Amino acid sequence: MTDVLTAPSIDYLALLPMIIVGVAAIVGVIVEAFIPRGARRGLQLTIAFAALVAAFVVLVSNAGIRVITGGLAIDGPSIFLQGLILVVSIVAAMLIAERSVDPAGDAFAPRVSSLPGSDEERELARRGFAQTEVWPLMLFAVLGMMIFTAANDLLIMFIALEIMSLPLYLMVGMARRRRLLSQEAALKYFVLGAFSSAFFIFGAALLYGYSASITLPGIAEALAANPGESGLVIAGFALVVVGLLFKIGAVPFHQWVPDVYQGAPSPITGFMAAAVKVAAFAALLRFLYVAFGGTRWDWAPALWVVAIATMLLGSIVALTQTDIKRMLAYSSIAQAGFILVGVIATNPEGVAAVMFYLAAYGFATLGAFGVISLVRERSGGEATHLSKWAGLGRRSPLLAGVLALFMLSFAGIPLTSGFIGKFTVFEAAIIGDATPLVIVGVVASIIAAFFYVRVIVLMYFTEPGEDSPVIAVPSAFTTLAISVAAAVTVALGVVPQPVLDLVERADVFLR
Amino acid sequence: MIGNGAIIAADVAPILEPSSAATGIFAWIWLLIALPLAGAIVLLTTGRWTNRFGHLIGVATVVIAAGLAIAMLIEMMGRSAEARSFEQTLYSWVFAGQFQVDVAFQLDQLSMVFVLLITIVGSLIHIYSIGYMAHDPDRRRFFGFLNLFVAAMLLLVLADNYLLLYVGWEGVGLASFLLIGFWQYKPSAAAAAKKAFVINRVGDVGLSLAIMLMFVTFGSVTFESVFSSAGGASDSTLTWIGLLLLLAAAGKSAQFPLQAWLLDAMEGPTPVSALIHAATMVTAGVYLIVRSNAIYDKTVFAATTVVVIGVITMIIGAVIGSAKDDIKKALAGSTMSQIGYMVLAAGLGPVGYVFAIFHLLTHGVFKANLFLSAGSVMHGMNNGVDMRRFGALRAVMMITFGAFMFGYLAIIGIPPFSGFYSKDKIILAAFEQNTIVGISAVLAAGITGFYMTRMFTMTFLGKARWDDDAHPHESPPVMTIPLIVLAIGSLGLGASLYYWGDIVEWLAPVTGYESRPIAIPTTVLEAITLVIVLIGVAIAVLMYGKSVPIEPPQKVSVLTIAARNNLYDDATNDIVAVRPTWYAARFLVWFDNRIVDGAVNASAAFVGGASGRLRRLQNGFTRSYALVMVIGVIVVFGVLALVGLS
Repeated sequence: MTDVLTAPSIDYLALLPMIIVGVAAIVGVIVEAFIPRGARRGLQLTIAFAALVAAFVVLVSNAGIRVITGGLAIDGPSIFLQGLILVVSIVAAMLIAERSVDPAGDAFAPRVSSLPGSDEERELARRGFAQTEVWPLMLFAVLGMMIFTAANDLLIMFIALEIMSLPLYLMVGMARRRRLLSQEAALKYFVLGAFSSAFFIFGAALLYGYSASITLPGIAEALAANPGESGLVIAGFALVVVGLLFKIGAVPFHQWVPDVYQGAPSPITGFMAAAVKVAAFAALLRFLYVAFGGTRWDWAPALWVVAIATMLLGSIVALTQTDIKRMLAYSSIAQAGFILVGVIATNPEGVAAVMFYLAAYGFATLGAFGVISLVRERSGGEATHLSKWAGLGRRSPLLAGVLALFMLSFAGIPLTSGFIGKFTVFEAAIIGDATPLVIVGVVASIIAAFFYVRVIVLMYFTEPGEDSPVIAVPSAFTTLAISVAAAVTVALGVVPQPVLDLVERADVFLR
Repeated sequence: MIGNGAIIAADVAPILEPSSAATGIFAWIWLLIALPLAGAIVLLTTGRWTNRFGHLIGVATVVIAAGLAIAMLIEMMGRSAEARSFEQTLYSWVFAGQFQVDVAFQLDQLSMVFVLLITIVGSLIHIYSIGYMAHDPDRRRFFGFLNLFVAAMLLLVLADNYLLLYVGWEGVGLASFLLIGFWQYKPSAAAAAKKAFVINRVGDVGLSLAIMLMFVTFGSVTFESVFSSAGGASDSTLTWIGLLLLLAAAGKSAQFPLQAWLLDAMEGPTPVSALIHAATMVTAGVYLIVRSNAIYDKTVFAATTVVVIGVITMIIGAVIGSAKDDIKKALAGSTMSQIGYMVLAAGLGPVGYVFAIFHLLTHGVFKANLFLSAGSVMHGMNNGVDMRRFGALRAVMMITFGAFMFGYLAIIGIPPFSGFYSKDKIILAAFEQNTIVGISAVLAAGITGFYMTRMFTMTFLGKARWDDDAHPHESPPVMTIPLIVLAIGSLGLGASLYYWGDIVEWLAPVTGYESRPIAIPTTVLEAITLVIVLIGVAIAVLMYGKSVPIEPPQKVSVLTIAARNNLYDDATNDIVAVRPTWYAARFLVWFDNRIVDGAVNASAAFVGGASGRLRRLQNGFTRSYALVMVIGVIVVFGVLALVGLS
């Protein structure tokens, strides 16, 4: 008797948002291959925005679906977080599409394979070659994030992790200016990312060895069935969690973050800080809550250590940064620590708080990187050294005011989204008996407030220096992106209730 | 209780008729406030491009509001006395548990007369300001602030609850602050604005405490429910509410002991002094007391305190006004004194409320007239205010002279000018209640005769003592026409309100009214008052009619020196409030610098040091990053193993 391979039954409607993005990415590759250079940009932009918007529309109309199909769990958290990934990706795509702020064109090298500073590169730039491969790459990354968010078994999760990461490694290395820094960052990210992926897949193998199941609910069942057997589980859990914490940028798996955030083109940095963080936290939440929800008290102490180290180290080291992109990188590490506090709460409030925080942080960080991309050296590159920002509030009050808004939101000042985010996360942690963690979180917030407010002091209360930067006039893309980010930051701070209701209704994982 | 005169319960209690919903023209009550508010927003936000015509927008909003108010008056007069109160609820403003407050307006007979005073006198002063501020680079901002003031003042008198009244109360305070300090580049103006703001805070605390006490006691802060349930509260509660409201009134209306700010407030442009610091805002305290009559009727102690405060301020204001050489400060002293009359009347109970408002209205007109005339004089005299350098201006500015004279005759109470009717009624009411209060009021009338004649003589009569570079001239028509209108009001408003408008019957449904026979016939009393006023006039003519030295004489009586120094009020405030606050602040600064900052700086230094050491871990080598990750895995593994994942 031979085994008959039966086709799995798949709910294609539930997966349609991911299918749209995936198909659009493939179409983008075909466009790169067959469409003449001149027509590519317009076409790629159209495909990318249409796919992201269409996927979001389908996702919203699918909002009521709760199903596990084809290894993916379509449930409240995955629908909300996939929607969030799509929306921040649309905003990030606006930043990527910008080509007015740099006098030489967009933020990307004309051809990535050319040597930095070579004659070939100058020739390509002179002939107006424009980078369009970034669009399919971005769509693949978004596809990977969406699958990562919904993945209900470790193998799918691993594949999604790679679909998400590989395009990002490339995009990080594409910066038009300071190419060497950009390429160094890409290589570091790639090597360390591969390292962490190895941890992840090794851990998944150990967990399979323990539970004979690769699905998260299967692991949970095995844990419930044989309590007491520990060696494989501890090792497997530790390795998988490390793989996920790497993507989040938690201490001590964070060291790639400052180098990559600084080296990557600013729109890509914003995209990573906003969207990758959402996807990585989604996967971490699902792994911890679905597979290991029953053994919370065994794993919580390890994550306490990581969360405390992340909050404190991120906040403290950010104090002495002199480059604004590096400062925001450490800020993103600290923010990851605050979100981890919500993860450790291990209750529905924690899930809701984490989702709200991700939305608040995602928009504010995109807006901040959007502003950074506008402040330019006279030579054309971004003026990222903090001393260049002195007195910006006098010459460009609107821009400085918007950046100040994002800084206040990061610092968690009331009437901004960051305050509500911190408040809900800490509240959930207190409900989940993690009060000491909240105390550390508040102390870290106080330390962090210093370097956020320092930017505001620098912009408004410091005399401008000699070689003050020029403020680029953006096209509608960046203007719209920054406006949306600012509007969301204020709206989530002033009238957070609709979104709070939304995340509360979407805080249950399917098992 | 004052002396041996007993305050008897009112014969005619105010009728607490439930107000009818605002329909017809009264559906537009909100527009009265919205118009000047819109004007303020436009003028203060549009920037330079409205500079050329912004002042016309400012004038238009107030004039239209005045037209609307007059239409409402005509409509209201056509209705019966019980049907003259209207309610309009815009939206629910605060709802926290039991605490419910609406943004709702109440237009009744009392609010109506205030609305008319504010919009009509406000319109005249706006028009006058076109000329007065013609050469000021910030004229648009000035009109924006004036509009803001009118909107806030209308909100104050139209609110149907104490909380909304409080919003208007703070709004006029803000506008007053902004306008006193309008020429903020003058240190004296900036200091005066701050002084007014700080002293008013003291009164405002009284109002906020009174509102809290009302909510605790009555569970509501609307006029309707507070007044209808006032009888149910204990005596001590009502007394406290009454005293706290009096504190608020004293702050806003520059009554003793919070009067010090009004003299300094004359640093503002003269139209501001006329509108805010003479005709309208400073009378808000009187409005508050009269509006809260249901409370004062039930607390003899608080009502008596109101009378005492009124009497004290009436006298000290008149004394200060007698010694000032600055024409605006003399008028400011006079304003304090006249408001003292109103407060005194308001404290007399139902016998006085009506006359407090009556005098408020006539005073609003004739004091605006006097201030604007003074402004016209200053306009022609290089903005000089020293009356010792005026004199003989009658010949060069006839219209201003005539207008000032009408205001002068009105304020000292010469029949048939309007002040005669209103002030005499207060004096009579005071005699009805208590002889000592009555005599004080007559005495103050005599001092009024003195200082006003002094002012009139020094400015317009006698010899010219002008500075060499002064070229006095009459002001342009845009300034003199409002003066003429106000002068006509100074002449006729009193008689027409009393005989034709029947102000007593008009206000009685809101305030209640009663009258009691007194020992001296009213005609005799009126004659005695008139004689005492004329004695004051005669003394002034004797002292200042012949010659006025250009430098103020130094060999003068103790009282004059004291009056020149505002009766040492600033010195008292300095000892009682300013110095203790100063020392407390010094201590807190020391504490903050040494103890608090010390702790903060030490922790900051620690964190900064940690930051410097920790960032060295970020050495840029991928291999060491990977090593740190491996260490991290070991740590996570170790913690898990220790806790024992099962």
